[in-house]
Amino acid sequence: MEIVVNGEPRTVTAGATLLELLDTWSLDPRAVVVEHNRKIVRRPSLGDVRVEPGDKIELVQFVGGG
Amino acid sequence: MDTPFVVGGHTFRSRLMIGTGKYRDNETMVRAIEATGADVVTVAVRRVDLDRTADGSILKYLDPKRFFLLANTAGCYTADEAVRYARLAREAGFNDFVKLEVIGDQETLLPDVTGLLEATRTLVAEGFKVLAYTNEDLITALRLEEAGCAAVMPLASPIGSGLGLLNPVSVRTIKRRLRVPVIVDAGVGTASDACITMEQGVDGILMNTAVAAARDPVQMAHAMRLAVEAGRASYLAGRMPKREVAVPSSPTEGMLD
Repeated sequence: MEIVVNGEPRTVTAGATLLELLDTWSLDPRAVVVEHNRKIVRRPSLGDVRVEPGDKIELVQFVGGG
Repeated sequence: MDTPFVVGGHTFRSRLMIGTGKYRDNETMVRAIEATGADVVTVAVRRVDLDRTADGSILKYLDPKRFFLLANTAGCYTADEAVRYARLAREAGFNDFVKLEVIGDQETLLPDVTGLLEATRTLVAEGFKVLAYTNEDLITALRLEEAGCAAVMPLASPIGSGLGLLNPVSVRTIKRRLRVPVIVDAGVGTASDACITMEQGVDGILMNTAVAAARDPVQMAHAMRLAVEAGRASYLAGRMPKREVAVPSSPTEGMLD
């Protein structure tokens, strides 16, 4: 199924949890913050939230800035 | 003896806060930050690159146990957007401080003070310690303090301009009228700018480009550390009055006939 991740369409396994998706992309859940349909999902809940077609996910991290 | 530098209940060793953007490479960034002696480093919140062409998280290079990570909302043009970025930053789990920027104009990067006040009120209500990047307008600074900012951050000159402290009188007035710390953010270009800024009596300075874009960022970082310390000490010492006529330093008595 298709979802939108950081503004780009991505095909992912139907029914995957956010934690499983982070694992697919080799992302450490401690190093990213996840927003699911404009709502922040706290780390302990990442394994409980399943994505649905058309969901919008934002994955952010700290980068250099002033 | 100086008083401790306390912002939002947190005591910092250095009055110099340093940005992590625009360094030519991460090794130079780390060495420059170490040379500033800063304990507060600013970071931005941006999308992860799933295709890994970009550099990735800055936490690979900066130990969050050693440095206090101050997230900014740089690049945000509305209060809602800035609040969204601040919430994401806090969720990273390091602290509840945010360097709040709500930009009003792309060319000058001057703050949108209406949006800034709106975002401040929302974030303060959510328990954030807000350090608000603003212009050198006293009334805005007073409103930000009333809204509960942990610190007010007037600019020396526009972000990344390196023009130095353009309005020392306004910045001094803000410092005199506010109870919360006043930290000058943006516009310092070289060490003398940092020194003159600290001599106005402000509590600290945040800078980035002046160090990152110097020919030798590590050397400039060292210069900035000395300049901030010198400016602070000079302010505390209290300068001599200016006179428009000469006053001899040596005795006028005891001269030969």
